[in-house]
Amino acid sequence: MIDVTVIIENIDLLWGGLLMTFKLFIVALAGGLPLGIFLGLGRLSSRKWIYYPVSAYVHFIRNVPLLMLIFWIYFSLPIITGGLVEPFYAAVVSFVIFEATYFGEIIRAGYQSVSKGTIQAGYSTGLNYWQVARYILIPIGLRRVIPSLVTQCIILFQDTSLAYVIGLREFVRTASLIDNRVIRPLELYGFVAIVFLIICLIGSQIVKRLESKEGERK
Amino acid sequence: MAYQFDWSIIWTNPYFKWLVIGFIKTVEIGILSWIIALPLGIGIGALRSLPSRVGRVVGTAYVEFFRNIPLLVQLFFWYYAIPPLLGTRISRMHNLEWYCAIFGLGIYTASRVAEHVRSGFSSVPVGQRFAALSTGLSQFQMFRYVIIPYGFRIMIPPLTTEFLTIFKNSALAMTIGILELSGISWRINEYTFHGFEASTAAIVGYLIIGLTIIFLMGKVEKRLRVPGLVRRE
Repeated sequence: MIDVTVIIENIDLLWGGLLMTFKLFIVALAGGLPLGIFLGLGRLSSRKWIYYPVSAYVHFIRNVPLLMLIFWIYFSLPIITGGLVEPFYAAVVSFVIFEATYFGEIIRAGYQSVSKGTIQAGYSTGLNYWQVARYILIPIGLRRVIPSLVTQCIILFQDTSLAYVIGLREFVRTASLIDNRVIRPLELYGFVAIVFLIICLIGSQIVKRLESKEGERK
Repeated sequence: MAYQFDWSIIWTNPYFKWLVIGFIKTVEIGILSWIIALPLGIGIGALRSLPSRVGRVVGTAYVEFFRNIPLLVQLFFWYYAIPPLLGTRISRMHNLEWYCAIFGLGIYTASRVAEHVRSGFSSVPVGQRFAALSTGLSQFQMFRYVIIPYGFRIMIPPLTTEFLTIFKNSALAMTIGILELSGISWRINEYTFHGFEASTAAIVGYLIIGLTIIFLMGKVEKRLRVPGLVRRE
């Protein structure tokens, strides 16, 4: 009943889709993580004109479904640029804006775990705010939350499948296009599910390793 | 050509009516899937907290399986791949997508609920367990009178977040053809080309749901709180 030849025949297409998924993942991560580092700083800022806008942005985005944000960006980008926008760019912008808030909240917890004494020691040696952030908060805080960040990366990797809705030919869309032609949903979606499962399980094993290492250090 | 904003489409019919119907459907999907997710998740989470090895393995396998496959793929699997295997009576059923969405979202969310339940139970201090056993309570009584009442109160904040998430995740139901809030905004775009206004309206709808839940659960949490047990942020 199960006919794997449909996978073998279309392996090139599926591979192309998976590559697109990886490309989206990497670009979104490269944008979202740095933005998250700054959002984390903003969420702890003592300056109200930084703290309130950043917090409003974070709370707003975290209460909106990612799928809706993708639509919204997809519809609003042409208004700004005045022309058609490729689904890939709309997806990248959405993922960076969205995932940065999740990375930001994780990283904020990392910054908060750095002891007050360490920070004060930094200031008392004559460092200014940015130097304290650059040499103390970010290196120490970030390292403490690496397991959570990797977990968020796994979620981001799964989230990329939502670019499906604006027609981007990532892994799931590719499988569904093949399915429209050959009507083999069990094999195709089963294959997609297994591939995601394997990649994400590897990711969560990495998280477990990192966490037990963290435990040893304490 | 500059984009002409036309916010009036949101409150002109039929679009206004569509948005209201979509809003109701989103609320329905969220609540119905939650009715599946909460008991199932609690059961699996409790299974993982038991001393039994088999229970832990089954519980862990469930959580790892459903958490590591994107919800979108799971919905496609339930909607496209499974019904043809079950014969024409099921695959031609009226409203099939509706049942698939609620079922799919429910058992997916159960895996996330199970994680919160497990960490809630495990955050009950070990001393409490020893104290319960040393006063002569049985394993069952210990769970019934000590772990569950404490653990559930610890779980309320993360489960509130999960309840919010189920409404956000319900947006994915549009991918199998349900016209809930996000599906409606896409459809309004197809009719009017005013996707920006329509999706803004849908986002406002999701924010209304989110704020309502935060408000209600805040009250529940206050009423059930054991002083000094759950730290507030």
